Amino acid sequence: MDNQEAVIALHNVRKQYGSFVAVHEANFSIGRGEFFALLGPSGCGKTTTLKMIAGFEQPTDGQVFLEGVNVSEVPPHKRNVNTVFQQYALFPHMTVFDNVAFGPRSKKIQETEVVRRVTEMLDIVRLGEFANRRPSQLSGGQQQRVALARALVNYPSALLLDEPLAALDLKLREAMQIELKRIQREVGITFVFVTHDQGEALTMSDRIAVMSEGHVEQIGSSADIYSRPESLFVAGFIGSANLLPGTVVSSDGSGIRVDLVGGTQVVVPVGNSASNVSLAAGAQVTVVLRPEHVHFDPQGQVSVSVTDSVYQGSSVRIVGRMENGTEVSAIVGVEPGVRAPLPGETTLMTWHPEIPYLLAGWPEMAGSTSTNVDSIEASL
Amino acid sequence: MSGVESTQQRTGRRLVNVAAVLGLLYLFAPIVVIVVFSFNKPLGKFNIVWQGFTLENWASPFSDQALTDALFVSLRVALISSVIAAVLGTMIALSLSRYRFKGSGAVNLFLVLPLTSPEVVLGSSLATLFLSRGVDFGYTTVIIAHVMFQISFVAVTVRARIRGFDWTLEQAAMDLGASPQRAFWRITFPLILPGILAAWLLSFALSIDDFIITFFNAGSLVTFPLQIFGASRVAIPPQINVLASMLLFLSIALMVGALLIESRRQRMIASGALKRKK
Repeated sequence: MDNQEAVIALHNVRKQYGSFVAVHEANFSIGRGEFFALLGPSGCGKTTTLKMIAGFEQPTDGQVFLEGVNVSEVPPHKRNVNTVFQQYALFPHMTVFDNVAFGPRSKKIQETEVVRRVTEMLDIVRLGEFANRRPSQLSGGQQQRVALARALVNYPSALLLDEPLAALDLKLREAMQIELKRIQREVGITFVFVTHDQGEALTMSDRIAVMSEGHVEQIGSSADIYSRPESLFVAGFIGSANLLPGTVVSSDGSGIRVDLVGGTQVVVPVGNSASNVSLAAGAQVTVVLRPEHVHFDPQGQVSVSVTDSVYQGSSVRIVGRMENGTEVSAIVGVEPGVRAPLPGETTLMTWHPEIPYLLAGWPEMAGSTSTNVDSIEASL
Repeated sequence: MSGVESTQQRTGRRLVNVAAVLGLLYLFAPIVVIVVFSFNKPLGKFNIVWQGFTLENWASPFSDQALTDALFVSLRVALISSVIAAVLGTMIALSLSRYRFKGSGAVNLFLVLPLTSPEVVLGSSLATLFLSRGVDFGYTTVIIAHVMFQISFVAVTVRARIRGFDWTLEQAAMDLGASPQRAFWRITFPLILPGILAAWLLSFALSIDDFIITFFNAGSLVTFPLQIFGASRVAIPPQINVLASMLLFLSIALMVGALLIESRRQRMIASGALKRKK
């Protein structure tokens, strides 16, 4: 992204606590009006990155730019960004109105202007009639909107949101996702959003930075990150995936032929591979198959013995083992006349020829990422 | 267990109740005597035998000049020392709960020392210190002595009250453009004020009450407890009971005030300013 257009830019930003590196060399820019997500499991450095943008943490190395100005040494109260905290951090001894007015009053803005701005912002978050309540008299979703109004009333260059929906229950969370998008469109301010929930990131963001162990693994649109992951971590973390290790046999204009560990050969279309994949014969690669792209057919290529079948309403999730023992999962639609394979049956698995996608290296754990409790726990 | 009690259980419960009533009587009997005897009409100089009811003592509570002077000395000492102790003790509590610094462990230890040391030791060693420095005994030395033991009470009380305070509120204030000073005075201070006031009330009461440490460091200054102690050998006028009852009612009023403050704090906890312990 062009630096002139960037509201926030990180140049080689690194954060170290003692010998522990929380963030390695982060380099990215966030554009004006963008809805940008920092996505990753807890401990990946996403919140530290957010705090360095807000000013609560100073980078060990590198610079943070805000509107083109290096703010690495500027304290938080002098940076034109505002944060929505995870637990909202509303001031309990003040009314909703005074909470929202706190920012403008701190900046010594004239009281008539303060009243105008606060009233306008409370209308945007639809809390106009609650101005004289205390935060404790509001529901979780309403408190969330007060926190939003309190931050946005300062017309910040960017709004930083630290897991803003984590404290809400599922239904409210879904409604607030839509509400957040609406508010962002209405005010046109850049939103930088930290979350460990990939669903949230995929539905709301214009671009997502996926982080793992302090590294920014990939930055791209939701579709890019889901359909063209650049690393095994991204492929496994976003959605669920069947990661099948193998070696490249040959590659030409008709496709890349890969021998999976355990025998079967898979043909991957040319171009369906991460940028760092070596196509030389013998290179270790991983074939990615998304469960929703796998189906069962008597003319299929890979034999699978079904171990589990979970009815999910609109679909059935089927878990099975390939002959080499690798666990795979598939999500098949529930349609009249089509019978999903049952546990104990052995069936043939297949996919559309355009579907297989290639990543460099072998995964630590072959097979379906979403059925492995250990790896899910490790990523949360 | 069902709601039906056996005879044994019922007897046990009654015994517990009787013990509780006796315990309370034991605690309150002296206080009741003080209040009742403030209405006594003593024959001699000693107000120790009930002679008859009168309101005269309450009509002239300040008739004993020396006693009245001593009361005002005590009130003055208590007010000045408790304010100083509240400010300093709060600062100690804030720094101990917000920061880990070199020696914060030692400060923690030294903080409880005045609470656990015998008052005789504190009073006499302080007196030795003043004597060796050539400091004249009087208001200053008494106030210094009182501040010394009040600070610990304030720091310990305030620290207990602000344990679990949500410091992200301060972060949020600064994020919204408030300077660190504004964040403290507008957000943190109002929220911890109930704890500070409670600690201040406690140290005020401790100061009025103190005898031993004051005795060592007062010089010619006579506080209320010192005056009563000194006078009790020659005379016990009913005014002692009147003033003591007044102090009693004052402290009851203060306690009710503290309770009101506490319930305000509870409302704030409910609203999330102070996080509950997980």
